[in-house]
Amino acid sequence: MSELLTMGKALNAGLRRALADDDKVIVMGEDIGRLGGVFRITDGLIDEFGAPRIIDTPLAESGIMGTAVGLAFRGFRPVVEIQFDGFVYPAFDQIVCQVAKLHYRTRGNVTMPITVRIPWAGGVGAAEHHSESPEAYFVHTSGLRVVAVSNPQDAYMMLRQAIACDDPVVFFEPKRLYHTKDEVDLGADIADAAPMGLARVVRAGTDVTLLAYGAQVATALDAATAADDEGTSIEVIDLRSISPVDYPTVTASVRKTGRVVVTHEAAREAGVGAELIASITEKCFHYLEAAPERVTGHDIPYPPAKLEKHHLPDLDRILDAVDRVLERPNSLSGVES
Amino acid sequence: MTKMHTLTPSTETSTDLDDLARLLTPDGERIPDRQLDPWISDLDTDAMRGLYRDMAIARRLDIEGVALQRQGQLGLWAPAQGQEAVQVGTARACRDDDFLFPSYRELGVQLVRGAKPADFILAWRGEMHSTYNPYELSLATPQIIIGAQALHAAGYAMGIQRDGGDQVAVAYFGDGATSQGDVNEAMVFSSSFQAPMVFVCSNNQWAISEPVTVQAKFPIAGRAPGFGIPSLRVDGNDVLACLAAMRWATDHARSGKGPAFIEAVTYRMGPHTTSDDPTRYRNAEQVAAWRERDPITRLEAHLRAQDAFDDAFAAEVESDADEFTAGMRAAALGAVTRPPIEVLDDVYAEPHSGIAEQRERFASYLSGFADEEAQR
Repeated sequence: MSELLTMGKALNAGLRRALADDDKVIVMGEDIGRLGGVFRITDGLIDEFGAPRIIDTPLAESGIMGTAVGLAFRGFRPVVEIQFDGFVYPAFDQIVCQVAKLHYRTRGNVTMPITVRIPWAGGVGAAEHHSESPEAYFVHTSGLRVVAVSNPQDAYMMLRQAIACDDPVVFFEPKRLYHTKDEVDLGADIADAAPMGLARVVRAGTDVTLLAYGAQVATALDAATAADDEGTSIEVIDLRSISPVDYPTVTASVRKTGRVVVTHEAAREAGVGAELIASITEKCFHYLEAAPERVTGHDIPYPPAKLEKHHLPDLDRILDAVDRVLERPNSLSGVES
Repeated sequence: MTKMHTLTPSTETSTDLDDLARLLTPDGERIPDRQLDPWISDLDTDAMRGLYRDMAIARRLDIEGVALQRQGQLGLWAPAQGQEAVQVGTARACRDDDFLFPSYRELGVQLVRGAKPADFILAWRGEMHSTYNPYELSLATPQIIIGAQALHAAGYAMGIQRDGGDQVAVAYFGDGATSQGDVNEAMVFSSSFQAPMVFVCSNNQWAISEPVTVQAKFPIAGRAPGFGIPSLRVDGNDVLACLAAMRWATDHARSGKGPAFIEAVTYRMGPHTTSDDPTRYRNAEQVAAWRERDPITRLEAHLRAQDAFDDAFAAEVESDADEFTAGMRAAALGAVTRPPIEVLDDVYAEPHSGIAEQRERFASYLSGFADEEAQR
């Protein structure tokens, strides 16, 4: 029963399915009840499942996360919506000190099967604090799993997998993809699906490995198409999970191509790209033909909306980096560093 | 025009020791309190002797903890001397299936919930973060982040509502925690959802070196009504008052009326932890004055006045305390640190490739010492 759905609708369907499958699943957040969330991801759930399970919370992010911890203590599986990426910071203490550590602290006696859904990243012309890419903070925190979806089918399946997972999962939803449509198999069983932690080769290639996640996957595919016109074969990998990273898939590709470019919207310094390249260098040093490249957001606070296109890595900046790893002289900015 | 009620205090009432509910004077004389009396009308001398015993063991295990720290057996200790009445009184008022979320200083609460001697030392010794299974004692791991557990209790209470249970969730914290957003957010959440939760604030007057007047210019119990939560301000060194207040609070929460708040005004006789020196920040007169209000001698005086305290009972309690503290010492001296590879255990509940890789590498590194170990 495949249907053409937007990512937003796919997420809504995923939540509905998870709520129906397990009565311990609780959805909570600001404005998620009658309004259906500011992005309508929880649309209609309160009518179907009732207020005890679809909790419109007070406007307090640490409160939402801390009470989710208590609910998990009691055996529930809370799915928390943080209204926007930049609002997760007040909940940061509860996430990194409590959610991430309770299983370790209690030597496995207490599990925290909490899913933290975050409408995420830029490109939608939003106000300040509404376009942040905070994923590295969570990737750096042991005890959390961190995933980012790039298409409606993954949104539907990975959200259900995240909710079913006994570990806490920080679940990033690229808000600029909420309205993109694709086929979604609504009958799919999560038991049959690829594990949440697996990366996927979304376009095969032989010259360069291009790693991306979230909305950047689409940009990476555009870059690969453009490069193909010039005779360069780029293999694009959607990481899907950025903690843990599926290194077998990544390194198999890098060993084949010998060249790697990583792209993400988040700032460069100590970002996910830095970690990926360090690990790839450790695992594939003798296979590398050139120094790996990062194409990222600048190391700046997120810029005003009218300037964000200069911050977000686009097709041309990715191709420029591809030229550099191919050691082509026509690189636009191939200065020696 | 509606009348504005101004509650701005003109003096520092956060430390006022007269505006408190109490049932025992500092000399142990039983005094009436119309609100609290009914809650302990069933309490006979045997039950009071039980409270005495709990407080005496809590005091002794605290002294033992400090001694073990000074002897290098523990990395740190957070003394609770002086706070035995609020800890024992409130915990004794709870049902076994009520779930309690303590701070790191709730030694008497841990004792009442059934913690074993080793439970008091293995965390401070650095052997493990949590010594017991929280579900076996209905007691969360002592919380170190100030006030975080108030939200956990609020969420747990919301879970009780959803399960249709009749338990109560309890959050323990100090006066300093009332400045934290999490405690205030917990009051918003629990009140808005009418969750069955009790807040127990042990106002011990000091947050490390900061007096309560830095946290509050108004009695802390006075804040809760602003959140729609009824509160009581009791003498935290009067175990009967603490027990009665907590019975009122748990009954209130259990009967579906939403959260309740107790401020127990007490005093931390020792340092914040074995790392600080309270003589730098408070004067000896204040400490001496509080020594006159000791919760254990207060109950002893009350029991003696009723001929319910004799040398035989004192000896029996002392023997129990000896046994308990001997168990702590034995657990410290006999502690066996877990094998190094276990540092990587329980990070995740499900298999995680990143941890699996690090574990494999660390195991391989450790195996390099196998020969060395064998020769020892």
